[in-house]
Amino acid sequence: MTDRLDKKGISRRSILKGGAAATGAALGSGAITGFPTIWAQNIKDVTLRQFGTGVSNLNEVAAKVKEDLGFTLEMTALDSDAVTQRAATQPDSFDIADIEYWICKKVWPTGNLQAMDTSKIKNYDKIVGIFRNGKLTPESTIAQGTAPHTVGFVEGVDGKTFVDNESGWMTLIPTIYNADTLGIRPDLIGRPISNWSELLNPEFKGKASILDISSIGIMDMAMVVESMGEYKYPDKGNMTKEEIDLTLGIFTEAKKNGQFRAFWKTFDESVNLMASGEVVIQSMWSPAITAVRSQGIPCVYQPLEEGYRSWGGGIGLSKSLSGLELDAAYEYINWYLDGWVGGFLMRQGYYSAVPETSKNFMSEDEWGFWFEGKAAEGDITNPFGTVMEKAGAVRDGGSFYDRMGAVACWNAVMDENQYMVRKWNEFIAS
Amino acid sequence: MTDQSHLFLHSQTAAAAGKKAKPAFQWSRLPNNLTGWLLSLPLTVVLFFFLVLPICMIVVVSFWRATEFSIYPAFQFDNYEFLLTSPVTYQVFWNTVKYALITWFFTLVIGFTVAYFLAFHVRSLTWQIVLFLLCTIPFWTSNIIRMISWIPFLGRNGIANSTLISMGVIDEPLEWLLFSDFSVILAFVHLYTLFMVVPIFNTMMRIDTSLIEAARDAGASGYQTLTNVIIPLTKPGIMIGSIFVVTLVMGDFITVRFMSGSQKANVGRLISNDIALLQYPSAAATAVILLITVLLVISVLLRFVDIRKEL
Repeated sequence: MTDRLDKKGISRRSILKGGAAATGAALGSGAITGFPTIWAQNIKDVTLRQFGTGVSNLNEVAAKVKEDLGFTLEMTALDSDAVTQRAATQPDSFDIADIEYWICKKVWPTGNLQAMDTSKIKNYDKIVGIFRNGKLTPESTIAQGTAPHTVGFVEGVDGKTFVDNESGWMTLIPTIYNADTLGIRPDLIGRPISNWSELLNPEFKGKASILDISSIGIMDMAMVVESMGEYKYPDKGNMTKEEIDLTLGIFTEAKKNGQFRAFWKTFDESVNLMASGEVVIQSMWSPAITAVRSQGIPCVYQPLEEGYRSWGGGIGLSKSLSGLELDAAYEYINWYLDGWVGGFLMRQGYYSAVPETSKNFMSEDEWGFWFEGKAAEGDITNPFGTVMEKAGAVRDGGSFYDRMGAVACWNAVMDENQYMVRKWNEFIAS
Repeated sequence: MTDQSHLFLHSQTAAAAGKKAKPAFQWSRLPNNLTGWLLSLPLTVVLFFFLVLPICMIVVVSFWRATEFSIYPAFQFDNYEFLLTSPVTYQVFWNTVKYALITWFFTLVIGFTVAYFLAFHVRSLTWQIVLFLLCTIPFWTSNIIRMISWIPFLGRNGIANSTLISMGVIDEPLEWLLFSDFSVILAFVHLYTLFMVVPIFNTMMRIDTSLIEAARDAGASGYQTLTNVIIPLTKPGIMIGSIFVVTLVMGDFITVRFMSGSQKANVGRLISNDIALLQYPSAAATAVILLITVLLVISVLLRFVDIRKEL
């Protein structure tokens, strides 16, 4: 009883607040896009349960949803493997799945998700080309691996197989993505690093690390193997059994020779390895680099000649969503692409699916630093207020187009995935 | 079984007689052996649903096939074939046994010593209890926290290395302190010694001190008393402690993962990797082999002492 009264109170207040916020946003930016459309009283009763990895499942987003849209968003942050498991095996435990595109390839065939009607997505036309036709700019080439647009569309709401055109039915709405590379400790290495092959350089014996998430790790390995000149893959994202053996063979030998200090599975493990100096070069994620730097320890997200290994995430809708909940979910997606979240994510170093709306929620200096690759004019802070870069700093890798244009491959799920997983297991156990 | 039911019946009738109330149900009218079955029924049901059935399920699934997103029934030996033909499996099983044996040895020596001190050197019962509770204090926090606290201590630039360097014992940091077999076993011993202390202390407390006095009166040295009186009488405690430690170590995968920086593996890690990658049938096959191994180890341990008799 108390609970219900409580909810009522919150929602009435939040509707008022939401209205004020919407008006404010409209006045402030002139970028009103029409939300909210379903101000029915009963939306206050809606609770959507979202889960995903820690990178984008932030309480700040849930709080802002409550404020702007009036309904409740419950966030659960898990690691990549747990996300896959949950999406594949517990369809009734969530309404919105925030998953990565490569996971989509494993999860979609289970039928636990429903496709989204792109005509209901207001900013659909503004979503960057990578997620619609694979091309960042009309002349760019499509990178290897599970490129997001290859698993981005199905033929209808109940479609089981992916189609290679913009069919109007989208599997995931892209929300967040980035180009990954190796992280290094410049103070402990003391010389420039410009190739992926440095990961296996005996100079860093006992001081290197790679992540223990097979679908991502194998791609990092492939980048290293190509960079060493050992082998050129026809498609890194879809290896044959022989290619898997070759790749893991090279790394197993390096492991036996003591090249690696440890393997990491979670974000904070990679931060600790780097910050404590156990490791000087390793696979790393962008926010982990910032976490190390915020401790006052020099750490660089090193752009490399061979390019980046990229990943993208998006939100998908549970099969069981319908009626008011489904409307609320569309409302949420439209709100998501409307810029506030985009700005929030971009100020952490990720990219938004619709960068131009995010611009409205960032200062000119922030936009210049994060998106355009310009030198910062003032201190750059993250959304939580911590200073991340001093004035004059330039983003590693340059502008959005420089970075995303240099993507060599996407995280992938291969046809021989099961074999790869077994071999990966052996590599870790060897 | 019949002994127990007799006892139970006896107490029932005694209680009934005491209250002078007419028993609602005459247990004694049922044939003895049916009573026995009825009494054991609740436990049997619980064990069946929560132990036997899941294990059967695991065995069945271990013969199934899996794809990325589904497991489907198809009787085949593929999972076992892959498992038993991979040299890595043997290496991992050997690692598991190695961790179990070394950890068992250290926890036994430390656990026995601690229990001996508590039981025979500490005179007052109050102090025995106080000191025993002191042993359990580290267990007020979680396993993982106790484990992770070793990492900054043992690291390349950690407290241990910097102390040794400043004392002039070593010039270069010792790399093997962390992310090695050493750190894994250290954490195991730290985590599981209490499981050895408790049962050994418990059996030692039940040793009649007059036996020790008799041994001394008969001219036995301290060492002879230990080997001829105390150790044989503590055997059940040692066995129970050993079973705890061995099964815990053989099933633990978190410790191995954290303390070796994922560089080493035991069977538990193999299973957890498989589960994380949705390879349930393969994980089930590994689990079946692990279960068989653990049962073998325990049956060997039980050959040394008849726990049922000793309890």
